[in-house]
Amino acid sequence: MTPVELLTRLFPSGHEVVAGPFNTLAGRAILTDGAAVEIVGVTDGAPLSPEIAIELAGSIIRIVQDGKKTPIVLLIDTASQRMTRRDEMLGLNEYLAHLAKVVTLAGLSGHRTVAVLYGAAAAGAFIATALAAQTLITIDGAHPSVMDLPSIARVTKLPLEILEKKAETTPIFAPGVTPLAATGAVLENWTEADNFSDRIETVLTLEASSDTRDTLGEERGGRKVAHSVALRVAAEFGKAAR
Amino acid sequence: MIPEEIVRSPSWYESSARNRITGLLDAETFREILGPAERVMSPHLELFDLPPAFDDGVIVGRGQLDGKPVAIIAQEGQFMGGTFAEVSGAKIVGLLRAVTASAGTPDGVSAVLLLLDTGGVRLQEANAGELAVSETVRALLGVRAAGIPVVALVGGRAGAFGGGGIVTACCSHVVISEQGRISVTGPEVIETNKGAEEFDSRDRALVWRITGGRSRVLLGGADSYVKGDVASFRAAAARSRNAAPPFTLETMAAEQDRLEKRLSSYGDCRDTPEIWARAGLADPASVPDIDDDAFLALLSEREIKHDAR
Amino acid sequence: METFTIRARARAPLPGTGRQAIVGVVASGNLEILLERSETDNDVVVDVATSARGFRAVWEAVVADFVTRSSPGGVRFSIHDNGARPDTVTLRLLQGVKLLETQP
Repeated sequence: MTPVELLTRLFPSGHEVVAGPFNTLAGRAILTDGAAVEIVGVTDGAPLSPEIAIELAGSIIRIVQDGKKTPIVLLIDTASQRMTRRDEMLGLNEYLAHLAKVVTLAGLSGHRTVAVLYGAAAAGAFIATALAAQTLITIDGAHPSVMDLPSIARVTKLPLEILEKKAETTPIFAPGVTPLAATGAVLENWTEADNFSDRIETVLTLEASSDTRDTLGEERGGRKVAHSVALRVAAEFGKAAR
Repeated sequence: MIPEEIVRSPSWYESSARNRITGLLDAETFREILGPAERVMSPHLELFDLPPAFDDGVIVGRGQLDGKPVAIIAQEGQFMGGTFAEVSGAKIVGLLRAVTASAGTPDGVSAVLLLLDTGGVRLQEANAGELAVSETVRALLGVRAAGIPVVALVGGRAGAFGGGGIVTACCSHVVISEQGRISVTGPEVIETNKGAEEFDSRDRALVWRITGGRSRVLLGGADSYVKGDVASFRAAAARSRNAAPPFTLETMAAEQDRLEKRLSSYGDCRDTPEIWARAGLADPASVPDIDDDAFLALLSEREIKHDAR
Repeated sequence: METFTIRARARAPLPGTGRQAIVGVVASGNLEILLERSETDNDVVVDVATSARGFRAVWEAVVADFVTRSSPGGVRFSIHDNGARPDTVTLRLLQGVKLLETQP
């Protein structure tokens, strides 16, 4: 799905989104009730570079500075973070963190933040973009991942066939929407038949001030212990003070 | 005769996570939460026929630093590379959320000390680990938004790679030693994907020039440079918790400016000595070779402090 | 992975009052040992989980030697091993009991 097709299906009442530098998008869209939504995006599966991260972060800072608490929808089709010596030398970790911080700050400042993943996102780029929003929606065909299976096979020194077999028994490590949704990363996956406009308007009304992805992962059975471990630590924290 | 500073304090790099905590906090003040005897371990390593650890490689708790309460998180880089995974990550996230919830109450703390020693996400639990990093980022920023500084301490064997590099840069203040390394994609992974011409991971000096503590602090990726002993990390942690920037729109706008300037000033450089030469360092080629005292003197001359993280 | 339990009788209970201690790290060629004063009198229990299969006899010999040299009665040792050599295992066992003995 192209960004224009996606925008038209999400916001049939209108959108004015323009291509920025380095495979980025920025602009506004209108909901069916006339309310505005800010749009920020990355396109064409571009690996996340310092340039893209700082461009996206700059757009979001300007939206927060505007002070209107307009909802922000991030349209994501990236790849992994860009893998070059130059980017690492320049502190790519700071650029990715800055983007994640700015998206999080928008949420804390009263902007509803929703990421719509319509392509790929992997590794650190996934953390800095799609996972940084309060809510993550995937569109059928989206491909979120931490690392592809052949690379996992290389690092863990396990044959690919064995990994593929293990992936059938657990969602804990395999790439893709289904296993990531099971662990709580993805709230909803929308298919071709869904009315994206209705769905995004519903999602934008959801309360999202706290991070409930571990609860979701527990309910869906893909991440069975994270939520209870976090709760146990929190319960012990006060006791340890005495 | 052995120099006094070596007798005085053990090496951060060589110490285990537990020994770093012991050396960092006031004596006898550490209270571990979900300690080893609770046996809160990874439920996934068995699938890979790997031995678990009683603490899943993360130690969390609270204690005191110079008489003031602090929360503390330490990754053990020697176990599974100190990786973020379902249990290890949930311990971090649970502690950070508790710190935010206790802000302003009698149980509140003056700072969070985050002892990073990690290769990033544990690939055997890749999805849970990735989410744990994302949840850590959000919980950590919640702590900062509540007015409590989070101080990152980087100088362990595993460095701060992958999601760990992102988490590091989300902290209020980053303390690093010469041995500390921060990066997203590790040199080996870049070499595997892009070839040795792009990044020769066996060239140790190059790896340190790109990711190491001195390069990071000179460019602004770390805020305090310390000698590699536990006592120096302790002193820097105590000092920096009072000087950390708040997590606000103003701070983020300042960071935007700082990072844009870095790109426009040094975006075409290929190696760090080029950056240092352009930044006006008298003898850029010598930076990796001078001793810590000389490097600290060089830093104090240059006053690279910023309030934009 | 291979798991098994070794039981032994020590000459006497371990001195000191520490309830539990942990030594070592599950790094390659290393192991962690959690010590808990949970057994009665002179009983010694060693639970082993090791990545190296087929060395149970070596573990039994190391534990027997350790129980003779030291006197760790009343202690349960829970071990996660990642291929440590026998001398490393002995060293960690001795470090562990020393830590438990001297703890408040």
